[in-house]
Parts: sequence; C-alpha cells; structure tokens
Amino acid sequence: MRPLTPRRIMAICGLLFAVLFVVVVIALRTGAYPISLRDIVTTLFREALGRRDDIPLEFWQVVFGLRLPRIALGIMVGAALATSGAGFQALLRNPLAEPYVLGVSSGAALGAMLSLMVAPHIVGVIQLGAFVGAAATTAAVYFLGRRGGQLDSATLLLAGIISASFLSAAIMFLGTTMSGRDQRGMAFWLMGDLATPPSFHPGWLFVVLLVTIGSIYTTSSDLNLILTGEQEARHLGVNVNRVKLVVYLAASLLTGLAVSVGGAIGYVGLLVPHAMRMMFGTDYRLLIPTSAIGGAIIIVVADTLARTVVAPTELPVGAMTALAGAPVFIYLMRRRVR
Amino acid sequence: MSAGAGNGATVAQRPMPFAVDSGLRLKVEQASYAYAATDRSAPKFTLGPTSFEAQQRELVAILGPNASGKSTLLKLLAGVLKPLSGRIEVDGQEVGDLDLRVRAQRIALVQQESELLFPLRVWEYVLQGRYPYGRRLRFESEEDCLLAGNALAQVGADELRDRWIDRLSGGEKQRVILARALAQQPALLLLDEPTQHLDIGGKVELLRRLRRLADENKYTVIVVTHELNLAAEFSDRVVLLHKGKSLRIGTPAEVYERDLLEDVFGAPLEVEMRASGRPRVILRGSH
Repeated sequence: MRPLTPRRIMAICGLLFAVLFVVVVIALRTGAYPISLRDIVTTLFREALGRRDDIPLEFWQVVFGLRLPRIALGIMVGAALATSGAGFQALLRNPLAEPYVLGVSSGAALGAMLSLMVAPHIVGVIQLGAFVGAAATTAAVYFLGRRGGQLDSATLLLAGIISASFLSAAIMFLGTTMSGRDQRGMAFWLMGDLATPPSFHPGWLFVVLLVTIGSIYTTSSDLNLILTGEQEARHLGVNVNRVKLVVYLAASLLTGLAVSVGGAIGYVGLLVPHAMRMMFGTDYRLLIPTSAIGGAIIIVVADTLARTVVAPTELPVGAMTALAGAPVFIYLMRRRVR
Repeated sequence: MSAGAGNGATVAQRPMPFAVDSGLRLKVEQASYAYAATDRSAPKFTLGPTSFEAQQRELVAILGPNASGKSTLLKLLAGVLKPLSGRIEVDGQEVGDLDLRVRAQRIALVQQESELLFPLRVWEYVLQGRYPYGRRLRFESEEDCLLAGNALAQVGADELRDRWIDRLSGGEKQRVILARALAQQPALLLLDEPTQHLDIGGKVELLRRLRRLADENKYTVIVVTHELNLAAEFSDRVVLLHKGKSLRIGTPAEVYERDLLEDVFGAPLEVEMRASGRPRVILRGSH
C-alpha cells in the first residue's frame, strides 16, 4: 500500500516543470529567425538582471516581443484546457469527455463572438461571453445526454458532437458578418491560434486561471470517489452536488478563458489527462496539477510545430492537436466499446 | 500506533460515542416512504409504516420478493431517503440529522458494484473507506493504511491488495467492496442483495463472514436478500416485506410459516423445522 503523499506530488510536478522549461527554451530558439541556445540563455539572464541595454535589439524583439508572450499564452491555454478536460471527465463520468468534443469550446467561441459584437469596447466582455457560452453548452449537453434520468455515455457524446457542429456553423455564419480588427480569422475560432496576444495584461489571466484550477483541486479527493460512483460517494460522505457545481463552473470558466484568448483548440483536454493517468495513475490529487503542467507542455510543443513545419506559413495550433488527438480519441473509444 | 498491526479484529474496536453497551443500535419507529403525490393521484406508498429494532452483534435479514420495498427500507436506514413519517435512529441519533461525513462514520452501505470509470488497485479502493475521517485534500495517514489493511484481512482479501479491481472475480470483488465498508469503521453495516452475483459457495462464505463480523466485531448487520434459506440459517431476526408492507418481524422460526411464505413468494413451499431450531424452506414438487 503506497498512498499518495504531498512529497510525491511535488517530485512529479517538479519533474514536469523541468520538462516544460526545456520545451520553452527549445520553443524560444526555434523559428524563422533561429537563435542559438547560448544567445537565448544570455538574453534571458540579462533581462532578469535588468540589463536590457546589453541585449541586441533584434534578439529582444524576437524573444520578448514575439516568442515569449506567445509561449506564455500557450502555457496558460494548455493548462486551462487540460484541467477542464480532467474536470469534465469526472463531472460527466465519461473518459471521452473533453471541452472540444462536447462542443463546450464552440459554445465558448460563439459566446465570445456574440459579446464582441454587442459590446466590443468593454474590457473582459469576451471572457465573460465565452464563460457564459461554455456554461450554457455544458448544461445543454448534460441534459441532452441523459436517458431515463441517467447520464448515458454514448448519448452524451452524440449530444456533444451535434452541439459542436451546430455551434461551429453558427460561428461560421457570424464570422462572415464580422469585419475589420474584430475578425481574427475563422481559423482562430474554429481551430485555435495563439498568434494574437490578448488585449489585457496576461497577468490577470494567470491569476484567474490559478484560482480556478485551485478550486477544482480542492475537490480532487471528492472527485476520486465520484469516479467510483456518485451514490457510493454520497454514502462515503461526499457532498456530490456541491462538488459537481464547483467543477461545472470552474471547468466552464477554464474553457471560456482558454477559448477567449486562444480559440477553440481541440483534444488537449483528452490527450493530456489520459497520458498523465497512464504515467502517474488516476488519483485526481495528482492528476489535476500534472494535467495543468502537461497541457502547458503539449500546447507549447504543438504551437512551435504549427509555426515551423510549413514555414513561412503557419498552421492553426488546433490543427496540430487534432492530428494527435483524434487518433487517441478513436483508440480510447474502441478500447472502451470492445 | 494504537491499533495493533496484523490483528484483524481491531477495525471494529473504536470508541463508540453513544450508549453502545446498552446494546440497542438501530431503532426504526413507524418509518414509511412514498413517492410524492401528483395532482391526480394520492401518494403511492412504496413502504408502509415499519417498526423494528436491532441490537449490537445482530444480523437482521430484510426478506421479500421483488418490488416489496426492501431496497426502499434499506435506503431509509442508510439516510439516502428521508422517511415520510416516523423516525430512524442509530445509536440514539436520528439518521436524517447526521452530517454526511458523520453518517458515513456510523453507517456503511454496500451496494451492488457500480462501473469503475478508470481502473483502481484494490488497496486504493479500500482506502476510500477512510474518506469520512479525512481533512481537506485527505492525504491518507499511516493509521488509515493500517485500518484499510485490517479491513482487507477481515474479509480474507489480503492477497488481493495489489490487484486491479476490474480483474477480480465476482466473489473477490464482493469481498473488496465489503472491506471498503469495514474501513469506514461503521456501527451499522447495510448490504443490498450482496449475494446476487455469487454462486452457492460464495453466498455461504459471505453470510458466514457477515455472521462472524456481527459476533466477533460487534457490528449490527442488515442484509437485504431474497435467499430464504440463507436468511434462516444466519440471521437473528427477519423483517418480511410484501407489497410495501412489513408483514412480520421476528426470529426466522417465528416468521417462516408455510402459508405466509407461499402467499408472499407465490410458490409452493414447505417449511421444515430443523434440530437447530432454524427453519428450512423446500420447494414443494408438483408431483
């Protein structure tokens, strides 16, 4: 018997942070303007010491003006999507649940677009709209996915797929009516794109994400029990309704925030929690933080590939995650149905 | 470590906060349950007023055919449903008033297994029984591991501890589910048709184990079943339900009457009284 300890969580998270650091350094050097490892390190070092004058201007612009903000955004979007995927899987008791597959990302994208059209000048309105869109879609899919009072796995996924295609059609329709600086391209809303930084300071996004992921984390031992059955969890003293409400709101908010700044990037919420389960087990006290860091890693890798494999053109980052995620989805579905 | 390692009996030896040595543990007073009335119909009773008591070390069988209200009664005892009228008390406290986690420390309910979403090791599953005693985030202590280990030993499932739950046989799984309930250190152990997926050997073994848990470890065990002979052999008291009414409550010898059982179960039955004083039910042949 080897129960999970805080020390083990720290060790594993430390390891994943080290991987994330390496990935970030590689992502910083890779691109149309290659920078050597040594230059990256000296640039970062000098910036940290406040000796900005010593950094050649073009280095500074590429590293701090272009690549690092994009990487930071990717880290936040990846952490949010992977955590919300793990949350949805427990909330809906379905291993294939994921914001993109369930249509929640499309709901968030539609909500963001609508709010942008109604009140484009209010700061944070896109995020609010995306959250409302995500929450409404989750609720709709939850109720459509029930059969005979019980959540049915296949019905839930079908409800999600139908919602996703309906909402994507609505997004395409709205997209044609938008113009000018509001239109960040159809690909952004349908497949995700990290090239455009948000209009507000990313520090805010970081704080809200941290609090939201933290709120899911406080329910992690309850989620462990809910995964073995809601009734059983109730008999063991879990306040199931409260836990479900927290996870529902937090996962919707995470999806909303991620989509509002990065568009609808798919399959991260599926790929990452499953990979972490395979490596470190199913305990949510470990799964939530490892998924968050793992999500950050995978988005930084996917985005680096997206901007380099067909250079000078860029692919939407969602295309990269879908290329990896769709086969995994099929594998998991077949293994489950077998 | 106060609980002695390797001693399977330690799991039950917890200080009981209420008047336990008086012996009375469960008191059901005129408890009834009905689904809410709609505009057109009166409330539909699934369980009419039922009263009975259970002492420490007693094994009570709730007997009856399908749809007789057995599971409803068990859910009332577990606090999952609130009685429409009447009271249900465990150790002198009304079940409905107990905080969720306190309730889980007093009452453990073993239901038919539900589908696991992700595979778990046996020990992880049994450790979940310690949840009601934990703090925030609930990292398990050494004592929790010891108690979970004891619970596994009590059901004879020590050697299963590192196996995956979904690779166990029906009987093994049943024992592991029981071990998780024991890890809760409850006073009252409720089991909903625990013999359903077991062969005859497994059924007898389980009932023997429950009997021993009641005798040696002071549990009050309530089992819902429709196994007439197993209930007659192992229980101290039987609650016979039929169409939502409690028809008779007493020892197996008092309850097992041929006409009554034939009427309730709708089958030609013969009741024999054995030398042990416990009845035996036989299906009467048509020729």
